[in-house]
Amino acid sequence: MRSKTDQKNVIVDGSRIVIEAMARAGADSFIGYPITPANLLYQYAGQRFPLMLPAPDEITTLQWMSGLSACGRIPVTATSFPGFALMIESINMAFMMELPMVIILVQRLGPATGTATCGAQGDIALLKGMISGGHQLPVLCPSDFNDCWNLSARAVSLSAQLRTPVVFLTSKEEMMTRKSFDLVTLDDIKPLKRSFYGGDKPYMPYEPGENLVPEFLPVTSDRWQVRLNASTHNRKGILQHSGEEALANTRRLEEKPLRNLPDYTIFDLDEQKGAETLIVSYGISAAAARDAVAVIRESGKKISILIPKTILPVPDTCYNIIDSYKKVIVAEENINGQYAKVMFGERLPDRIRTVGETGRMIGRDAIIKEEAAL
Amino acid sequence: MSNILKTPVLPYCKGCGHDLIAKNTARALEDMGLKPLDVIVVTDIGCHGIIDGCLNTHTVHGLHGRSVALGAGIAFGLENPEKKIIVFIGDGGSTIGLQHILEAARLNLDMTVVVHNNMLYGMTGGQTSGLTPCGFRTSTSVSGNPWSGYDLCALAHTSGAAYASRIAGIGDISSSLGEAFAVKGFSLIEVIEICPGYGVKFNPGRKLSEIIESSGKLPGKWENRREQFGGVHGSKSGSLFEDLDIINSEFKSSLEKPLSLIISGSAGEGVQLAAALLSAAVVRSGLHVTQKGSYPVTVGVGFSTAELIISPFQIGYHGIDIPDVVVVTSGDGLAHCRSRIEKMAGGILFIDSSLQAPGTGADVRSYDFRSIGARAACLYALFRFADSTGYISKETLYRVISDGGLADKIPVKRISELIDG
Ligand SMILES: Cc1ncc(C[n+]2csc(CCOP(=O)(O)OP(=O)(O)O)c2C)c(N)n1
Ligand SMILES: [Mg+2]
Repeated sequence: MRSKTDQKNVIVDGSRIVIEAMARAGADSFIGYPITPANLLYQYAGQRFPLMLPAPDEITTLQWMSGLSACGRIPVTATSFPGFALMIESINMAFMMELPMVIILVQRLGPATGTATCGAQGDIALLKGMISGGHQLPVLCPSDFNDCWNLSARAVSLSAQLRTPVVFLTSKEEMMTRKSFDLVTLDDIKPLKRSFYGGDKPYMPYEPGENLVPEFLPVTSDRWQVRLNASTHNRKGILQHSGEEALANTRRLEEKPLRNLPDYTIFDLDEQKGAETLIVSYGISAAAARDAVAVIRESGKKISILIPKTILPVPDTCYNIIDSYKKVIVAEENINGQYAKVMFGERLPDRIRTVGETGRMIGRDAIIKEEAAL
Repeated sequence: MSNILKTPVLPYCKGCGHDLIAKNTARALEDMGLKPLDVIVVTDIGCHGIIDGCLNTHTVHGLHGRSVALGAGIAFGLENPEKKIIVFIGDGGSTIGLQHILEAARLNLDMTVVVHNNMLYGMTGGQTSGLTPCGFRTSTSVSGNPWSGYDLCALAHTSGAAYASRIAGIGDISSSLGEAFAVKGFSLIEVIEICPGYGVKFNPGRKLSEIIESSGKLPGKWENRREQFGGVHGSKSGSLFEDLDIINSEFKSSLEKPLSLIISGSAGEGVQLAAALLSAAVVRSGLHVTQKGSYPVTVGVGFSTAELIISPFQIGYHGIDIPDVVVVTSGDGLAHCRSRIEKMAGGILFIDSSLQAPGTGADVRSYDFRSIGARAACLYALFRFADSTGYISKETLYRVISDGGLADKIPVKRISELIDG
């Protein structure tokens, strides 16, 4: 433990940590449209980002971000389901054009406008299915303030590294609750160094490069023509109906986030030798799960806990860990076991149990109770 | 062979105005001395949008209706203002994405929007659009459109576009296009054409000039004298952490295990501020704290509640099921946490004396918190909490208030008189 004199204790909310981390990591533009519970992020971004623009709606938000990204910038926005819903076609566009950007999704209680000031973890199924064709963009999900810091930076670098939009998934209580926190526990963040195409042959915007990621060149290049295309296209970026080259490109979009997944598989695993039960939880519910594990262990029982932070695509490593346990309890703040079903299908196997809640956070005791009932 | 165009053979039906616009755009840009890579063409979805494969410029082919916003994003991101941004969009795209046009005009972004107004949705089968003139027949209004179309130029003009013009897509239109391209700021040029597929088929014998005449939306030019948007590329001040107070733990607390506290009152009565001050006092006392706010969506009416966990240890889960201590200063506040008070088997309830305490296992302490004014009631209650539990000293609370520059805004003296007699 650090001595008291080395500490830098503050009272801070998660929004401030996320925006500071993204700015340090090299995100340089923020487009905002107000929505609770993402407003703090918007406010802080206005104080911190080199470029901050207020958009007239969330479709515009995503389109402006795409234009900025096409110019070589890394834009960020923050929203909640109602705004996110408006963005989906444009996120598909950015996915297809392969434009780096980060979308912070702060979950609140739905359906529709639901309750703006009430948290939730209800949008996982949506994130699983939001790209037409069933392709997957990376979704990172922090479980505490240190994650808010490290994962924010990783979301920025990952978006550039994979040339893709990345969703940073949080919820109201993670972004708005104020907590005492020691800033000294935050690691250094190195700003992203981006390299653009520097070859001496004409640029091919969708030529698969290393790990299937095409090199990037801003649409402002004086040297080579740049083509970006959200319709089915060949390696040059020219529209094609369904020719072989174009479909190969679409297949590459499926493969790209998966092939690179080992590189951004992030989770916490705390295993106890001999434990037969594993608790899996993420985001806002992770803290209650950790507390529950502490209590269960104190009672003399053995138990392990997995906190996935790369939520989608589901990393193989997480499946392997889960598969090595007889009983699994997935705790998440919805009443339909969304993440459990993303992982194991609509009809959950017997050994997969869920603890859910709606309109309030899952408490520690609900998880303890489920474990006791196994 | 043309420099901007890769090929003179364009993928359009014979007689389509889109072909005319593309060729005249190329001519106008070449006349301006622009090289292909000086130009970024953003195309919409529709027949006009399939041009990008034929261009030697940079090309960006996005979604239906969104090309103006996409082009606007590029305008914001341009570091070389010598680049020319041109957006090709149809009449259909112009209405589904109307907001984007108005916004780019309002901000006067440096770009030109070329509206290919063939008076219907061409690519999808000739349906009526928001720019179809009254009486014009389409595949979805075979007896003629009963409404007249938007005046797109007027909309762009009143939104602040530096330049808006409407022309008929007949003959050499390169100088009209060139005039729009040369504008510094937002320019929109609407070119009216007749779709050789559907327009001619459903309106046999009608001439473009006559259609324009009878639509009432005549060719013209509308200008606003204003500076183009100059960009907002300044860099901001340092870290967001600089605004945070570093709190040293200079006081001691006797608290040995976590304590959960709910402060519940009315919006606009300083509940969240009182909670923030208590939180700061808690950290000054060497403890950890979490402060979760709960309030309805409307600002300034209804309940306002803060839930605090105060602990000598790191805090994980920060929700509160059944609280150890509840502070209630108003009827709204009581209503919001009544059920949790009823579930308390012990602990303390501090409640304003105007309110009837619900049945509870908590030790009920009733005081006239509101007597010192609604906005200070919560803080007064927190001093009572400090005084009777001793977990946080009253001195620490005083210090937090005075260091926060709030000493003259909060009746601290009156509070201490009330408590210490
Ligand atoms: C969101 C969305 N809605 C509908 C469509 C289908 N769509 C494709 S092209 C088009 C019409 C284009 O008409 P217009 O913009 O006038 O261009 P034109 O084909 O006449 O040149 C429509 C409605 C789409 N691509 N996206
Ligand atoms: Mg049309």
